[in-house]
This record gives sequence, structure tokens and C-alpha cells, in this order.
Amino acid sequence: MKNFNSLGFTLVMATASVMSSLSYAGAEDDPLLSYVAIDQLEKGLESDDPISFSFQAWVGYDMDKIWLKTSGEYQNSDDQDLEVQALYSHAVAPYWDMQMGVRRDIKPSPSRDWLVLGFQGLAPYFFDIDGAFFVGEKGQTSIRLSIEQEWLITQKLILTPEFEMNAYGKSDDELSMGAGLSDINAGLRLKYEITRKFAPYIGIDWSKKLGATADLARDNGDSISNSQFVIGVTAWF
Amino acid sequence: MTVFKPSHEEQNKSSSGTVLSRRQFVFGASAMLALTTIPFSKNALASAIGQSLTQLSGKVFDLSIDYKTVNFTGTPARATVINQLFPGPLLRWKEGETVTLRVKNNLDHDSSLHWHGMILPTEMDGVPGLSFAGIKPGETFEYKFPVKQSGTYWYHSHSGFQEQTGVYGAIVIDPKEADPVVFDREHVIMLSDWSDEAPETIYANLKKQSDYYNYSERTMSDLFSDIKKQGLVNTWRARSMWNQERMSDRDISDVTGATYTYLMNGNPPAQPWQALFKQGEKVRLRFINSSAMTIFDVRIPGLKMTVVASDGQNVQPVTIDEFRIGVAETYDVIVEPKMEDAYCIFVQSIDRSGYTVGNFTSDEMFTAKIPDMDPMPILGHGDMGMNMEGMDHSKMAMGSDSMSGMEGMDHSKMAMGSDSMSGMEGMDHSKMAMGSGSMAGMEGMDHSKMAMGSGSMTGMEGMDLSQPSMVMPTLGLAGYGSDNEIKHLDSENGPQVDMQSGMPQSGLNDPGIGLRDHQANYNRKVLTYADLKGLHPTHDKRQPTREIQLHLTGNMNRYMWSINGINFADSAPLELAYNERVRITLVNDTMMIHPMHLHGVWSELETGDPDYIPRKHTVMVQPGSKISYLVTADALGQWAYHCHLLYHMPGMFRKVVIK
Repeated sequence: MKNFNSLGFTLVMATASVMSSLSYAGAEDDPLLSYVAIDQLEKGLESDDPISFSFQAWVGYDMDKIWLKTSGEYQNSDDQDLEVQALYSHAVAPYWDMQMGVRRDIKPSPSRDWLVLGFQGLAPYFFDIDGAFFVGEKGQTSIRLSIEQEWLITQKLILTPEFEMNAYGKSDDELSMGAGLSDINAGLRLKYEITRKFAPYIGIDWSKKLGATADLARDNGDSISNSQFVIGVTAWF
Repeated sequence: MTVFKPSHEEQNKSSSGTVLSRRQFVFGASAMLALTTIPFSKNALASAIGQSLTQLSGKVFDLSIDYKTVNFTGTPARATVINQLFPGPLLRWKEGETVTLRVKNNLDHDSSLHWHGMILPTEMDGVPGLSFAGIKPGETFEYKFPVKQSGTYWYHSHSGFQEQTGVYGAIVIDPKEADPVVFDREHVIMLSDWSDEAPETIYANLKKQSDYYNYSERTMSDLFSDIKKQGLVNTWRARSMWNQERMSDRDISDVTGATYTYLMNGNPPAQPWQALFKQGEKVRLRFINSSAMTIFDVRIPGLKMTVVASDGQNVQPVTIDEFRIGVAETYDVIVEPKMEDAYCIFVQSIDRSGYTVGNFTSDEMFTAKIPDMDPMPILGHGDMGMNMEGMDHSKMAMGSDSMSGMEGMDHSKMAMGSDSMSGMEGMDHSKMAMGSGSMAGMEGMDHSKMAMGSGSMTGMEGMDLSQPSMVMPTLGLAGYGSDNEIKHLDSENGPQVDMQSGMPQSGLNDPGIGLRDHQANYNRKVLTYADLKGLHPTHDKRQPTREIQLHLTGNMNRYMWSINGINFADSAPLELAYNERVRITLVNDTMMIHPMHLHGVWSELETGDPDYIPRKHTVMVQPGSKISYLVTADALGQWAYHCHLLYHMPGMFRKVVIK
């Protein structure tokens, strides 16, 4: 009986809640919104530097979103990177979203598929953080962490230091990937917001392969570190 | 529209001495005009272009809501207007009469008109979903109700974001008996904010980037100048709390002059509205803030203002130099210019991102100098609900990130006061909660237990959370506000709430951010709510029988707004018993001012004198502060209760049922 009552109460309250959300006393509180961001779209200043990009997009509500992330690099048809993530994102704390879904590394070949469990949000001291744990085929595992901050020189001129690292649970010989911390990347970009939604930038970008991955690169005669001046745009809508 | 209402005694006194000099000036000026021609006349013309409000008076009004192209910024944009006027017509009613308003909706969307601050039957209140179904496109709705009050009010759409795009107008109700306020002339001054952007775009921008319109954020050069002034260590200390909590001390207004043009009676500052007076007259200025999002600070350099009414209700006169007007509030002031001169009615937005002006002059040829804006306010610890200097920040109640488990440095969830201040045992929330539960008996405690049971993980789900905490044991006396402990509900924990005020102070005596130093720095007396005392004795002298504590909550970063952590869509109605006398204590768990508007009944602000409690319809709750008012629930029906900042309103909203 007691259970029945509480069930009845819940039903009544749930109905009341649906009713109250129907009452249209003003604008919609939590409309379906969509967001597309070109976080980076840039080219190195040297003619043989690659074009690289990082986009994300979401559609959803305050608490729940479908989130797409893609990034890649194009040097030439033989040397390119492309990965795509499709995630369900749920707000779990005031500044944090938990994200889970799938990732496919389309390039380089052979492609790799992963399950993703990540978190994205704003840490104390205004660090924008995107971190994820990946579980791939054949028990491969990987961790990625990117950290970014914005330093306002003026209200529109903004310096953005960023840092990213990747690590792998075991080596993947086909992709010349060694176990352990594989690479780090650091960038410093200076953008000018012509509007809030559009800003060209210049920057420097530096990356370095580490540990076993660096050894494999050396064995293949590839360079283990790379730095370049870049020019690009960032935009969202 | 200038309404000239001579009080003969005053009129005769002033005219004999002044008319001559004015004529002399006009003669001189026109002679000069003839000589200097174009540039001067253009200049004079510019200030005369400002349009005044169009007045409609009587008992029956035909109003239509239409689209209209306007141009306030140099770019044409589409507004929604009443009777093709921006703002809508000034409606002049007479207390004691019954008014009929036939409102035709010519928009493509539902519309409505709400008569803000009017005491009327619930079905005439104009809130779609609560009072009626709204006015469908092409349809006409007839409002009809007796006018039981007098003073300065306004009306606006309660549908969508139509308030932002121009569906608003002023109401002035002449009293049945002799007006206790003596004046020779009056002007209605309707303040508002206009954006060429669609309001839906503004809202979406805020959801995607909450500081989208804030171009006053702290920069590196501020940091260097702080380090230079205060040294590295002190700067680090001062900054670290804000940085740890991911909050900006420059976060004053969500929507700013970056997109807004501020209007006075529909005139941008580039083309100021002009109001005339004659030397020696007592002029009543009826200020109405019909903005969507902008809180304004008002002053008239060179003139003292005597506040005689707030939210349409007469108050004991108090003479000031400056006042803050929250969205939807109204203030009537009397000014008495002693000289032939032009004065600037200077109205700056609270974040100083813009202003609007009026030229208040004895002669159309005079143009007052526009003063500089005051410095932008910067938030302090008190605005985050903290009272202590040098306290241990690590014990503050900020957010509830510990749920995420992702951050090593998360120190939150503990209400400030439980550990950090050993001398304050009384503030231990957990102890107090138990204490009051066992004393107060079953009802209140059951609810809070339920809240804890279902709310702790899901955050948004448990509907039962919306029961406000009923605080029983110690009710302060009517007129003096609340003595009760501040009790945060479990429903405040979750992604939708980023802050809880640990020790909110009363906002009563506080002039508010950006105004606190004006007395000391500029010798300007700033109005506070504590200055407001009713002109007439308190109508209902009963003591409150209970107190409802409501927490105004939100997450600025996600741009989500709620009450007690629960948004309107998920909330149960707040129920009041017919005719009960109840105290509502609002606790602001955010860093922004929320002007809270309760429909249908008066909000009787407890300003310290039980015999002369002022009646308001909209009450600003200062950041991190609390404030209390009494309500006599003498109006049956369903009423809206919400923050009047337009983009907070969809979430920070409750249905109030009086039965």
C-alpha cells in the first residue's frame, strides 16, 4: 500500500511536471540547439607544412547532447590523419560533461575503431580540459588529455596556450605506435576576435614523439619532433 | 507625451519671475540662429527629434500587436509593437473605473499582454498557460477589470521573447482621491534595451558562450597593473579564489552594450528624448524600467530627486542623488529645478557598457552636458555570499564538482561555516537541519528527507524537490525580515547550480555593486531598499504564519537558471492558502541581481518599520544576498512568480497557486 501510494504520488508529480512544461508562460527554457565550431583550421607557413584542422559540433539540450569531434592533418595523399568521434554527452557536474561513444581513425591505414569514455569541461583556474580513455580492437588502450587556456591581452586579442598528450597501452606495429607515452604537442596561438564567432590567428605549434614511438620513428628514418609557424582561423556558429 | 497639470499656487509663484528671462533668451537665440544658420539649427533640431510617448486615456482601448521595421542603430530591424508605436501607447486610467482592453494579435505567433503590478482577477493577468491560453495569431482578446490602485505601472507581452522586441508600454493611473504627491508637471520616462539581434539568437549565444556579450573581462594588463600595485603575492591571493571557482568578478550583465542600444521613451542616446520644465516647478518623473535584461543607475547631475513612489505605491519622501532601477521596477521622483537650465537625465547600465540620456530643459535651445559613466563595478566576496575577510576559501560551498570525481583539487560541497569558523557553531548546517526538523515536526522534515533521498545523484529528476523548505521554528516579526537559518536543499546540488551562498547578508541596506562608494567618492546619496517606507499604514498587520525560503540558483557557464535548483518545467507549483500571511525569503545563490516579480499580490518589502511596510511588485535580490517580504495571499488563482530578466525567466520561474 505504501509502495502504491508513492507510485501514485510519483505519477501525479510526473503528470504535473509534463503539464507545467506545456504551460507556455514565456520562452522555452531549454530549446534544442546546435553548435558547430572550427576550433582550428590552419596551415604551416612553409610550403611543405601540412594543413590541419580540429572541428567539433553538437546538437542537444542543457544536460544532454550528441557531440561530434573530428580532427586531421593533410600533408599529401600518402601522409594524412583523420579521426572522427561520435559521443553522447551528459552534464554530470557544474563544469563537467561526461562523454561516451565511438571513435574511428580513418587515416592512416589501417583504420582503427575505439570505444570512448571522456570528460570535457572547465577546471579551476579556467583550464579547458578534454580528456578521454579509449579502448580499441584487440585490447588496445589509449589515453588522451588536452588542456587549453585563454589569456586576454585585450578583450579581442587573445593568446591561447594549449597542450596535448597521448599514451597507448601497447604497441601497434602497423601504425608505428609504441606503448607508453607516445607524443606531446604544445601550441601557442594568438587570435583576434573580429566577432565573437570569427577570429583569424597566428601561432607556433610544436610536437614531439616520445619513448617507444620515437624509437620506431627513428628506425623508420622519420623525424621525432616538428615545429612550425601556423596561420589559421577559428570560428563557430 | 507631456501632461501638464498645473497646481495653480505653484504655477503663479514661478511664472512671474521667469517668463521674461526665458523670452529674452528665445529672442536672442533665434536671432543668433538666423545668423549662424545650418550647423546650429541642425544641432537644435537633433535634440528635438526625440519622440515622446503617445497617450491614450479613457475606459476602452483598442490595441493591436504588429510587426514594424525600426532603426535604432543605423540598421533596419524588425520589432514587434503595439499600435505601431515603440514603446506602445501610454495608457492613462482612473482608479475606481473599469477598463476594457481589446487586444488584437497580428503576429505570426501567440501573443499576450500582462498588466504588470496590477491587482486583478487571475484570468485577466495575461500569462499564457496560467491565466489564459494566450492570444492566437489573428485573434482578439478582451481584457476587462476594475482598476483598484493608482500610480505608475507598465504592461508587456508575456509570450516568447516579445518583451525584448518592443511589446511594452506605460500605464499611469490617476488616483480617485486627491494625489498626496504635489506636482506641477509630469513626464513618463520609459527605459529599455534594444538589440538588432533576434532574442532567440541572444539566448542561444548565451547558452553556447555565457560571456558572449561581456567585453569587460579582466585582461593581462589588469593583471600586470594589479601586480604592480599590490605585489605578486597579494594579487595571486586576490585572484586565486575567482580562478579556483571559475568565476569572473567582471560578470555584471549577461547582455551588454555590445549588442544593446539603451533607449529612453524609445529614443537612442544619439537622438535624446527631451522633456521641458519651467523654473520653479515641481516635476514628477515616472521612471519605468521596461528592459529585457538591463538594470540601470539613474541620476540627474545638479538636481536632487525626491522618491515618492516605488512600483506605483506611494512611499514616504526620501531625497537622493541616484537610484538603481531593476528590470520591471518603477520609481516616481519629484525634482524642482531652481534655474533656467538644461539637465541631463543620465541613465547608465549597471555594467557601464552603455547609457541612455534625456535632455531635461527649461528651453528647447539648451542641451545638457552628458557626464562620463562611472567605473564598472567589480564583484567582491560578499557578492558570492561570503561575509568573512581572510576566510579559508577551501571550505566554501561552490558548485558540487566532487560528483565528477575528476578533479584532484575539488574542495567543495561543504557549506561554509561548518569548519572554517570555529566560533560559529550555530552555522553548522547539518546540525541545524536536524534540529529544526525535530522541532518543527513531521511535515517540513519529511519533504527535506525526500529531497535528499531522490535528489542526490539524478539532480534534475525528483519532482518532490520543488517543495520549498518550510522553516518553522523562529519567525521574525513582521516588518523586520527573516531570522531563519539559510538552508540549502539537496536539489541545489547538480550540474544546474554553480554556487551556493554560505552566509548571505541582507541586501536591504546595500546600495549594490558599483554604487557602494558613491557617497564617499562623489557625495551622492544612493537610494537603498531600506529607505523605502510606505506612505500609508500597513494594510495587513498580521504576523506571518510561516516562511518560505526560496533559493535563486543557476549555472552561469551553462546558462541555466532555476529556483531551488529546479527549473520551471520540472517544478511543482508553490501553494499558498487563501488569505494567509506568509513571508518569502529569497536567497540569491548566484552572482547576479535577480529582480523577482510575483504576480497577483503585493510583495511587501520588510524594510524595518512594521507600520509602514512598502508594497512592491518586483524586488531586486542582490548577488549572494537575501531579502524578505510579506505576502497576503488574497487573490485566488494561478500566478506567475519569476525573475524578470528575460533570459533568466524561462527557468527561474514558479507557478504560484492560491486556493
